[in-house]
Amino acid sequence: MSATTDTRVLTAPRYRLPAASSWTLTIAVVVALLALLPLGFVLWAAFATGWDTAVQLIFRERVGDLMVDTILLVLLTIPICTLLSVTLAWLTERTDLPGARLWSWLCVAPLAVPAFVHSYAWVGFWPGIHGLGAGVAISVVAYFPFLYLPVSAAFRMLDPALEDQAASLGLAPFAVFRRVVLPQLRLAICGGTLLIGLHLLAEYGLYAMIRFDTFTTAIIDQFQSTYNGVAAYMLALVLVLCCFVLLGVEAGLRGSRRYARLGSGVARRTRVARLGRWKYPLLILPLVTAAFSLGIPALTLGHWLVAGGAAIWRMDEIGLALGQTLVICLIGGFATTAAAVPIAWLSVRRANRSSRFLEGCYYLASSMPGVVVALALVTVTVRVLLPFYQTLATIVLAYVIMFLPRALVSLRASIAQVPVELEQAAASLGRSPGNALWSTTVRLAAPGAAAGVALSSLGIMNELTATQMLAPNGTRTLAMAFWALSSEIDYAGAAPYAVLMVLFSLPLTWLLHHQSKKIAGR
Amino acid sequence: MTFLKLNSLRKHYGAVAALDGVDLSVAPGSRSAIVGPSGCGKTTLLRLIAGFDVPEAGTILLDGEVVADAQGQVPAHLRNIGIVAQDGCLFPHLTVADNIGFGLKTSREAKQARAAELMEMVGLDNAMLSRKPDQLSGGQQQRVALARALARKPRLMLLDEPFSALDTGLRAATRKSVADVLSAAGITTILVTHDQQEALAFADQLAVMRAGRFAQVGAPRDVYARPVDAATAAFLGEAIVLPATVKAGQAQSPLGLLPVDERDFEGQASILLRPEQISVDRAEGLKANGTVGEVAFGGSTCDTRVTLDGAGAFSFRLDIPNRDMLLKGDRIAISVSGKAHVFR
Ligand SMILES: Nc1ncnc2c1ncn2[C@@H]1O[C@H](COP(=O)(O)OP(=O)(O)OP(=O)(O)O)[C@@H](O)[C@H]1O
Ligand SMILES: [Mg+2]
Repeated sequence: MSATTDTRVLTAPRYRLPAASSWTLTIAVVVALLALLPLGFVLWAAFATGWDTAVQLIFRERVGDLMVDTILLVLLTIPICTLLSVTLAWLTERTDLPGARLWSWLCVAPLAVPAFVHSYAWVGFWPGIHGLGAGVAISVVAYFPFLYLPVSAAFRMLDPALEDQAASLGLAPFAVFRRVVLPQLRLAICGGTLLIGLHLLAEYGLYAMIRFDTFTTAIIDQFQSTYNGVAAYMLALVLVLCCFVLLGVEAGLRGSRRYARLGSGVARRTRVARLGRWKYPLLILPLVTAAFSLGIPALTLGHWLVAGGAAIWRMDEIGLALGQTLVICLIGGFATTAAAVPIAWLSVRRANRSSRFLEGCYYLASSMPGVVVALALVTVTVRVLLPFYQTLATIVLAYVIMFLPRALVSLRASIAQVPVELEQAAASLGRSPGNALWSTTVRLAAPGAAAGVALSSLGIMNELTATQMLAPNGTRTLAMAFWALSSEIDYAGAAPYAVLMVLFSLPLTWLLHHQSKKIAGR
Repeated sequence: MTFLKLNSLRKHYGAVAALDGVDLSVAPGSRSAIVGPSGCGKTTLLRLIAGFDVPEAGTILLDGEVVADAQGQVPAHLRNIGIVAQDGCLFPHLTVADNIGFGLKTSREAKQARAAELMEMVGLDNAMLSRKPDQLSGGQQQRVALARALARKPRLMLLDEPFSALDTGLRAATRKSVADVLSAAGITTILVTHDQQEALAFADQLAVMRAGRFAQVGAPRDVYARPVDAATAAFLGEAIVLPATVKAGQAQSPLGLLPVDERDFEGQASILLRPEQISVDRAEGLKANGTVGEVAFGGSTCDTRVTLDGAGAFSFRLDIPNRDMLLKGDRIAISVSGKAHVFR
């Protein structure tokens, strides 16, 4: 008899999970559900529309045209970007190209120029430019850094001993590149091309400026002109399906395995290839790339600034837009990072199937184009939560959905560097689990959190599509002001706003560049 | 007859002289071993021979052909030299079978068949052929690397500590089977290791390396018995180095009058005895007596420190078999068999 009571006393306070992780898990699940709202909305819209209407709205010539244009855009841009980025990454990382460090930085710098500013610059340079060719060309210069960054980082992380080994097995240098180097770049290439593909699908300003129609521009036209809800919903549905196709193709190509570096010891520093007499001819590639991706924006902006003179610096308006942008960026950046903390912690400390699934949900949610996110939030707030329509809360939620992975990546990396033993030590010193987490890991991961805030703010600053649709009345961010002015063909008046966006983005872009070097351990 | 000839190779990494004038001749079909402490330049030397790095000075001749000198060099992929790197260095993106077949230019089936044959040779299960390298243990990875290097039947095989990830029993067995495989194929081999026993057992020719140079090159027995200096002696096994006065083939030392291997030398010198030349007796004798110091139990033997009587209180350590275990403070007589080696 007494034995049973004893066991009961001993077994009474037991949790299936430690308290900290059950709380974090709850929060992470709630955030994930919010993030999946746009996807759920599209599915709901598809069902609510009904089969006949849906078929009627989807299988028409307009959608077919958009589809062809979108597919061509993706199929042309991605291979060109891949070829360009891999060549540039090889030149800057693995050869004795003169000024390799400078070129490497110049290959990342185009990210500081918002995509719609790129096309504004091209239009300023060649006023008649339009259509698919222009779309592909501008997309390449605007987005190739998304591939250059991971590929050059992967080049730095490759173990050169493997290349030596392949040579000793009788492979000529080019065969070594094809059979040993390229397969190891595959993950980086897959990740980068996916990112570019999603941007191609989601971008509005770039293509609207050169009058090239994609699903995103069509949805916004539809939304702005007629508020024709159902037609817009169906276009969004097709757009989301396109995203899924991209995600599926990427997952298939990537495969399920990561390549572990085997063996002990540090990797040898890579040896640089001597270009010899090709040294100077090959300089043409980075030079031309920089001329198109940085030179054209610089020249156009410079031209309008000079042409506009002092008159375009309407300081009251510019100051207001700058202030609003910074406030929105900071609030959005902090909210995004805070929302990423639970899942970042779970994915490092409790890495299991469910945390990986949750993480996958965030990535899926963020791959929804901004226009779909905005459309969903507009519809939901108008129909169900009217008080939230066009409020700061709604737009911040949109930013959280779209940019959470940026914060997640930085946070994860720095949480993984904090030894779990510190958390355990704090717990053994009597801190509650949450308190232990806060006083150790969260504190020590602060640099990663700062980088997360910075990177998501960069995204928010240059975001136009969702901001336009969701911003509270009277808001005018730099991007919105720029867009409004350049739509009125006031190119000179728009220039100061573009310059400000670039200036604020530059340090953040440098941070990105630096981070990719650090991840590679250099 | 030399198959591989190295002439005064030099290689610097910044201020560090990784190789500082290395000369070596390797006979065809022979097995050479290079031993030396960590960081003395062994891997660097192999990388130069394989063609991964370029020497700053010196020449490498392979089979009568200059493969590297100050003018230029034959690239690694044209040398047909197999190398098994210190950490195996398998391609992480390929399966074990694809790793082994990597350098072969035959059909897929032929590659598979050769891979299976080689797996057997290095003592691995064929079921592993479809695995990825990160699903193998360190020792298994090294054996796959060996199979991969063997697949092309290279002219020269370079082994950089290929047995270091194996446990003691497997190590001796793998060393034996690798030696057999290489001898059967008639492949000239250079083995790098810092395990002197492995080197002594494996090689026809032993080179002792120190700070980027070869301190001594020769047959393992010769190098062991007649090392050029005390450091080389100590590297190849326990060495008892005594000060002595040598004259007419005899040395006057703290252990009494000993015969030496030098007939003509005369004067002050250090002489070398190996512990196996020394035996101890509990009863005090006439020649050399001593006292037992610290005794550390070490399984089958005891690590015993012995201090000699007389001036200088010279002491050395011996492994005494367990059954004869001595205790601290025991008085003993010491006798020497064989000749002592004189360092000149
Ligand atoms: N890539 C390099 N850059 C700079 N120094 C190097 C490099 N490779 C080797 N060294 C230096 O050259 C010396 C010889 O190195 P090596 O790798 O040949 O040693 P090792 O004899 O193989 O040592 P171990 O037994 O530890 O493998 C060492 O001092 C090492 O620090
Ligand atoms: Mg080494």
